[in-house]
Amino acid sequence: MDLSVTENSSLNENCFLLKLTSDQKLPDMLPGQFAEIKVEGSPPTFLRRPISINNYCTETNELWLLVQKAGDGTRTMGNLKKSDTLNLIFPLGNSFSFPENNSKSVLLVGGGIGTAPMLFWGKYLKEKGYSPNFLLGARSASDLLQLDDLNQYGTVYTTTEDGSYGEKGLVTQHSILQDKNFGFIYACGPKPMMVAVARYAKTRSVPCEVSLENTMACGFGVCLCCVENTVNGHICVCTEGPVFNINELLWQI
Amino acid sequence: MADLRVKIGQLDLKNPVMTASGTFGYGEEFSDFFDISRLGGYIVKGTTLAPRQGNAYPRMAETPAGMLNAVGLQNKGVHYFADEIYPRLKDIDSHLIVNVSGSAIEDYVACTEKIAELEKVTAIELNISCPNVKQGGMAFGTCASSAGDIVRAVRKVYPKTLIVKLSPNVTDITEIARAAEAEGADSVSLINTLLGMAIDADKRRPVLSTVTGGLSGPCVKPVALRMVWQTARAVKIPVIGLGGIMNWKDAVEFLLAGATAIQIGTANFIDPEVTIKTIDGINEYLNKNGYSSVSKIIGALEI
Ligand SMILES: Cc1cc2nc3c(=O)[nH]c(=O)nc-3n(C[C@H](O)[C@H](O)[C@H](O)COP(=O)(O)OP(=O)(O)OC[C@H]3O[C@@H](n4cnc5c(N)ncnc54)[C@H](O)[C@@H]3O)c2cc1C
Ligand SMILES: Cc1cc2nc3c(=O)[nH]c(=O)nc-3n(C[C@H](O)[C@H](O)[C@H](O)COP(=O)(O)O)c2cc1C
Ligand code: FES
Repeated sequence: MDLSVTENSSLNENCFLLKLTSDQKLPDMLPGQFAEIKVEGSPPTFLRRPISINNYCTETNELWLLVQKAGDGTRTMGNLKKSDTLNLIFPLGNSFSFPENNSKSVLLVGGGIGTAPMLFWGKYLKEKGYSPNFLLGARSASDLLQLDDLNQYGTVYTTTEDGSYGEKGLVTQHSILQDKNFGFIYACGPKPMMVAVARYAKTRSVPCEVSLENTMACGFGVCLCCVENTVNGHICVCTEGPVFNINELLWQI
Repeated sequence: MADLRVKIGQLDLKNPVMTASGTFGYGEEFSDFFDISRLGGYIVKGTTLAPRQGNAYPRMAETPAGMLNAVGLQNKGVHYFADEIYPRLKDIDSHLIVNVSGSAIEDYVACTEKIAELEKVTAIELNISCPNVKQGGMAFGTCASSAGDIVRAVRKVYPKTLIVKLSPNVTDITEIARAAEAEGADSVSLINTLLGMAIDADKRRPVLSTVTGGLSGPCVKPVALRMVWQTARAVKIPVIGLGGIMNWKDAVEFLLAGATAIQIGTANFIDPEVTIKTIDGINEYLNKNGYSSVSKIIGALEI
């Protein structure tokens, strides 16, 4: 589907927020799902690029993507201007699940650009009567993104590696992990961070889901390139994920 | 509308456009994008006698104008296909072709026998060219005598259309094509992926878990085109051309080189509707150039 850019704003040196819309009503989407994007004007970028749905607003028929410039594909996307078109295959993948127990207090952990899916999920949880707590980790204050948006839907806790904002250290060292109890934990970010969060959740017996970013060729289940080894064997991250319960994974936690 | 029909063995295809194995799932995944029955044929995933987990992750490396894969024939086995998947596909009005893979002659034969029971599978494509399995696979396809042995064994148990998929990782592909023809193959399809590798310089490690993998996409097209041209001149059976086809123009080039039909693989990942656009594009090309049928351009390369 071709969408048109309504806004491309730079959030810091490396990250930008793309807002997209269409004349047609956008398909229904769920938090945790992603889009496969065709990048025009980037010769080294042969395949589409998977990007999480950062926010979906039914009232304005708008879809947001929060993107970090990792290489030529994402850098080229960063040059998009208002009213440019972008071709997306979406929505793809599964979504986060609601807590099974009655606990309303849940923790959404995002490391770096891994916060991307958490805005949409936090908003959704709030609408359904849960109280999201966002725990974000970044290198430095300028890498903490969308704090104002997140604040609308829950309490935001932060850590930075250089101590320039929030608590100094890594997300898994934040004091709320010792001080508060949560009914469910969701995490997205670099793998070592997700492993550390999974370990924390497991030792406390808190259910936990993580969103994986395995490299993909198609994004819709036909190439079998994106598999994760799980208790059920090799399964596709693009169709049966990207969100997995940590109990399904064979991580050393 | 030009006449797009072509014939491969006993198959009458409504047009020369098919999908390449391993890049089209079981077809169902594409039904959100277009009507699969418009395809000349669709070739489903590599299927083996026993279920296979495939290779470890990472299995993919993007390259300039292409990609390397090391999937390693992950599939749930032929019995699962017959019981669970075939019933959902059998009423689609297009040729359902199963890509039969394996690591020993007996496995290929047993897998083929099971497929032969499925009425609506009108042909098999014998994959003797997979570079991503440790035993068998490509080993059969890189030597004329072993290629001949396996085609002979499968031909005995398979009366329907038998297509043999050839590996480009050989010195002379026409030799293997002739061996397949001599043992009764109805058609050959080429090329499977080219053996390649990718290295992560920062980590000083290979990108793929298997170190080497199969290269596909537009970067292999010139090699594929040359091999199709050579093979079409070397055998009498129809040749199915593939390797790097991204649009109708690429497809027309393969037809001109001598391919009777073509397959589209990696391009499906980037544009799931590429096959339909290719069918329409071939038709327009024929109309524009005053050809009444696609058969008029097959092998029509002027040298
Ligand atoms: C389901 C999913 C959701 C994602 N959501 C987002 C998102 O919301 N925002 C965002 O900015 N990024 C997201 N990513 C990661 C994003 O897809 C990659 O950063 C992007 O493909 C890089 O493309 P490029 O051409 O810019 O860089 P390339 O030149 O392809 O790569 C640059 C560097 O990034 C690394 N890289 C490439 N792909 C991945 C990957 N899938 N995971 C980890 N590292 C990778 C490469 O190894 C290389 O070192 C997501 C990935 C997946 C699989
Ligand atoms: C991810 C992937 C999986 C593949 N799996 C198979 C397979 O199971 N059997 C087979 O014969 N070929 C397989 N192939 C090879 C393709 O069918 C095709 O021969 C090759 O990709 C070249 O065509 P293309 O450049 O159009 O992709 C696979 C290719 C890719 C990219
Ligand atoms: S990326 Fe192709 S199957 Fe998941």
